[in-house]
Amino acid sequence: MSVLVGNETRLIIQGITGTEGSFHGRQIREYGTHLVGGVTPGKGGQEALEVPVFNSVAEAKAETDCNTSIIFVPPAFAAGAIIEATEAGLDLVICITEGIPVADMVKVNHKIKDLPTRLIGPNCPGVISPGKAKVGIMPGFIHKPGSIGVVSRSGTLTYEAVNQLVAAGLGQSTSVGIGGDPIIGTTFIDMLALFAGDDKTAGVVMIGEIGGTAEEEAAQWVIDNNLKKPVVAFIAGQTAPPGRRMGHAGAIIAGGKGTAAEKVAALQAAGITVVSSPADIGKAMAEVIKI
Amino acid sequence: MKIHEYQGKELFRRYNVSVPEGYPAFSVEEALTAYDKLNVKTAVVKAQIHAGGRGKGGGVKLAHSHTEVEKLAHQILGMNLVTHQTGPEGKEVQRLLIEAGINISRELYAGIVLDRAERKFVFMVSIEGGVEIEKVAAERPEKIIKEWIDPESGLTEDQARNLATALEMTGDQIDSAIDIFMAIWNVFIENDCSLVEINPLVVTGDDKVMALDAKMNFDSNGLFRHKELLEYKDESEEDPAELEASKYQLNYIKLDGNVGCMVNGAGLAMGTMDIIKLYGGEPANFLDVGGVANAETVANGFKIILSDPNVKSILINIFGGIVRCDRVAQGVIDAMDTVDVSIPVVIRLEGTNAKEAAELLENSPLEFLVASSLSDAAEKAVHAVTEGEQ
Repeated sequence: MSVLVGNETRLIIQGITGTEGSFHGRQIREYGTHLVGGVTPGKGGQEALEVPVFNSVAEAKAETDCNTSIIFVPPAFAAGAIIEATEAGLDLVICITEGIPVADMVKVNHKIKDLPTRLIGPNCPGVISPGKAKVGIMPGFIHKPGSIGVVSRSGTLTYEAVNQLVAAGLGQSTSVGIGGDPIIGTTFIDMLALFAGDDKTAGVVMIGEIGGTAEEEAAQWVIDNNLKKPVVAFIAGQTAPPGRRMGHAGAIIAGGKGTAAEKVAALQAAGITVVSSPADIGKAMAEVIKI
Repeated sequence: MKIHEYQGKELFRRYNVSVPEGYPAFSVEEALTAYDKLNVKTAVVKAQIHAGGRGKGGGVKLAHSHTEVEKLAHQILGMNLVTHQTGPEGKEVQRLLIEAGINISRELYAGIVLDRAERKFVFMVSIEGGVEIEKVAAERPEKIIKEWIDPESGLTEDQARNLATALEMTGDQIDSAIDIFMAIWNVFIENDCSLVEINPLVVTGDDKVMALDAKMNFDSNGLFRHKELLEYKDESEEDPAELEASKYQLNYIKLDGNVGCMVNGAGLAMGTMDIIKLYGGEPANFLDVGGVANAETVANGFKIILSDPNVKSILINIFGGIVRCDRVAQGVIDAMDTVDVSIPVVIRLEGTNAKEAAELLENSPLEFLVASSLSDAAEKAVHAVTEGEQ
């Protein structure tokens, strides 16, 4: 099994006729993901990537029975696109868009928090269940099917970790980039819970970074739920100066809070193996998974 | 984006947040003209830099006469102001705010920020105003009263009243405070602020509530819908290399070390800094070249990194996903043709077409240190620095 995306995924692309949407959409389809349609307001009735384009998500759902959407629309319209997909009743919405204003995401979160739809991102590389479905912008070929769940706030650093896992002989059940923004739909805790309940996931790699308290909350969750599966973590930004936004909107040490040291301490206290070098992620997982 | 206090107060006035009368001054002459215009005895001469703690650092002084304003303006303009927020290097003062002195009865604190854990904006007040609020938060958190703002309804009058009560306001002060809190919230939400902080918010001798300070940061992701705010941008407050990098759409942050790094992706860029440190080196910068690492972005990256004279070696770490490593390698080779790089360059390319990339680099007449792994790359880059020093 895998989590979030797999053989049952029926995907639409919001922003399918845009540069990003069509470029990545092509690769998503080539990976074997079941792409059933796309949405671009005003372009309904056309065809793109050999699938029909609709004016709205609701229309796309009625016609294609899609259950998942990936969003490539520009920041100014992304919040609206998320809400539209959620209100249409999709199971999963993955928002790749970087640069959405925080105030928009505060409103989005408030609107969708009690609805059954799961949001991944924004500002994330998406989700892949190797060999089954890729709903994201990650290079598919570096992944191998297997039993390690990967959850990360980063993009290329996640690919780095996946590459190391494969080199260590470990495949992945599902790899999820949850996004680098201060407000994201799915958190470390949500993903740990999903991986904990997935019988094909044997261990979890968790890649955090400076800013916020999501890693500390995840550590507490591991303690409270007595998670038995081994977790290997790396926290990026041990050398980052306070008060500076390190690329990701959410990666900032503010008011002395959100340092790597605090996160590492919390994770270690929860029995999680924290590597201090980003080059040791695969090796560390290979060691703990053997025990 | 950060702005100056006098600019923040300009915005405040537009939203009817009560502030003292005051004028910006870029020279001693302008400071004196401003003082004349105020037509008061006591004025405050305030250094305008993008950092808090200015009073403690000697950047805020009272003046009671023309002569004193002149003396203080001379003294503060051009001074290197060091506060707990500037870091030890401080910041040069280039602008002043000359403001009418206010008869203060109580100094308080008010601020709005994002509470990431609650996923809401939070309005905070404290009766311990005028001091470092970070200290109050750490040592006496119970002294900070919070109201989380509902994203649909915004700050409500009831919440504003709660905040006023928490600040021990009485009589007419309460209505004055409610008005000011509602107005501050409007400033915050209508301008996509990421921070509004008033320290101190004061109760005056005649029971008015007034903002003596205005610290304001804006969410850079929201600026596209507030083009007018870009006028407030003060480029002299930014690091010149960081400013230059932003013109090339490069995400660069200058640090104190000597190993320069060029990486694709913010997380991997931070990870690369971390591993340099683990191998005994000090990263000179954070640089995320983004998704497309072509000859142009790499050349620009080189220029920015080399503008820092401390840099003794450069580590290029690219994980090729959608972008092919051989293209990146060619980009690096082409870039070295246009930029004179006289220090060791360590390259680590992993992912799509990494093998072809390695061959390209090996066959190039240029001298690269090609690394086989992330650890190898860090070790080589740090070693190159120590070797250069011997």
